[in-house]
Amino acid sequence: MEAAQPFFKHGPGPLLRLVFFVLLSLILMVVDTHFKYLYEVRQTIAVVISPVQRLAYIPTKISDLVNDFFVAQNLADENLRLKQQHLVDSGKLQQFLALMAENEHLRKLLETSQRNKSKTIVAEIISVPPDPFSRRVTLDKGIKNGIQLGQVVIDNLGVVGQITRIYPWSSEVTLITDREHSVPVQIVRNGIRSVVFGTGKDKTLELQYMANNADIQNGDSLVTSGIDGTYPSGLPVALVSKIKRDASSAFASIFCTPVAGVDRNKQVLILFPRTNPETPVESIDVQSKDKGLEESGAP
Amino acid sequence: MAPPNYFEEEIFLPAKAWFIILSLIAALLLNLLPLQGYMLTLRPDFIALVLLYWNLNHRVDMGVAFGMGLLMDVGNSNMLGQHALAYCVMIFISLLLRRRLYIFGLLKQAPQVGLMLLVAQSVTLLTELLNRADFPGWYFFLASVTGAFLWPVLSILLRVSHSQKYDQNAL
Repeated sequence: MEAAQPFFKHGPGPLLRLVFFVLLSLILMVVDTHFKYLYEVRQTIAVVISPVQRLAYIPTKISDLVNDFFVAQNLADENLRLKQQHLVDSGKLQQFLALMAENEHLRKLLETSQRNKSKTIVAEIISVPPDPFSRRVTLDKGIKNGIQLGQVVIDNLGVVGQITRIYPWSSEVTLITDREHSVPVQIVRNGIRSVVFGTGKDKTLELQYMANNADIQNGDSLVTSGIDGTYPSGLPVALVSKIKRDASSAFASIFCTPVAGVDRNKQVLILFPRTNPETPVESIDVQSKDKGLEESGAP
Repeated sequence: MAPPNYFEEEIFLPAKAWFIILSLIAALLLNLLPLQGYMLTLRPDFIALVLLYWNLNHRVDMGVAFGMGLLMDVGNSNMLGQHALAYCVMIFISLLLRRRLYIFGLLKQAPQVGLMLLVAQSVTLLTELLNRADFPGWYFFLASVTGAFLWPVLSILLRVSHSQKYDQNAL
């Protein structure tokens, strides 16, 4: 059958357009996942989309305000509870300050570098993962607030994740549950070091490459070990929730639950790296610890 | 069903470009609302719905669908090009079914629109699976079902912009 001549001239036909756009998007996807060339493209689109994102966040903000208004009626109770909490916390803080002073003093004696106090900035989560695939949240602080790639994000309970993309007015945090994310950790109870990996599922982390007979128990608390130089040491990460020891494999499969509550909190803290980046504080930290052990063991 | 009113019929004027743009921005806004839990699973892809509507009643260039897809990818922090691919495939299918859909009423269009949304979702799912993601569970496709239910409502809302009441007996 001979196709009729089109009466009006159109552009290329739909099938051709489809092929063109399909190829274009496939190329984009491959380049985006395997190479890092699309940074500027993403930046530009993010600038376009950022006002809409902020606008989309307003209803949540309003509902929060309304909630706050109703909560205000229980303010007396809450105030009392917070006062008690404050008392407990300030007691702990006093101890902490004393320990810090002692730590600094000991460090001076050991002639290792000083632990700098890290600066933090409070940010608000303006967008949570809108589909089941992405383990990422968007924060309302960006390059203009001095945010850099690789900064660590925590909340009041523990580690949330790491900043992996920065835009002028917002930034993107990859959560520790993302399957491409890993955190070097240490078991608080016995100091065993390991690395905890995200699984891509909500509230599940996996401790890989731990020997079947490793000393690990349900409920063990994991904190950052600080060996990587990215995560400062001592931040709570997860609790061990399930251990499967299978005699047929060399490694036990250990699952953990992250302690930070991304789904509960609206506000998080972005940690700024310590100010002396040329000396990796954490490696010195580990060495000094080992040295300390040797010294204490030697005599 | 009520008998058609022959004295008063609606005619559809070509929609104004600014209204199409505005509706797409509104859809983007709805897609980026920070929802959680059930609401998040049940939220239909508003951009896909609006694109389908304008493609059936007007004509939306596939490039527009591609561009909206890119916006969604950055907003969702997915791979760049994932939603763009899904929307383009969906628009292509709706171009094929365009004339067929005209003869159905809004309620009968809904399941077919749902199928097109399902195709778009399947494309995103496929790209994610190829990128070594886990299958999120069948509830993932519920968004297409809610999208189908929303189709008549959305069509009536968007129709207001470019329809005029027209009385043949009036001067």
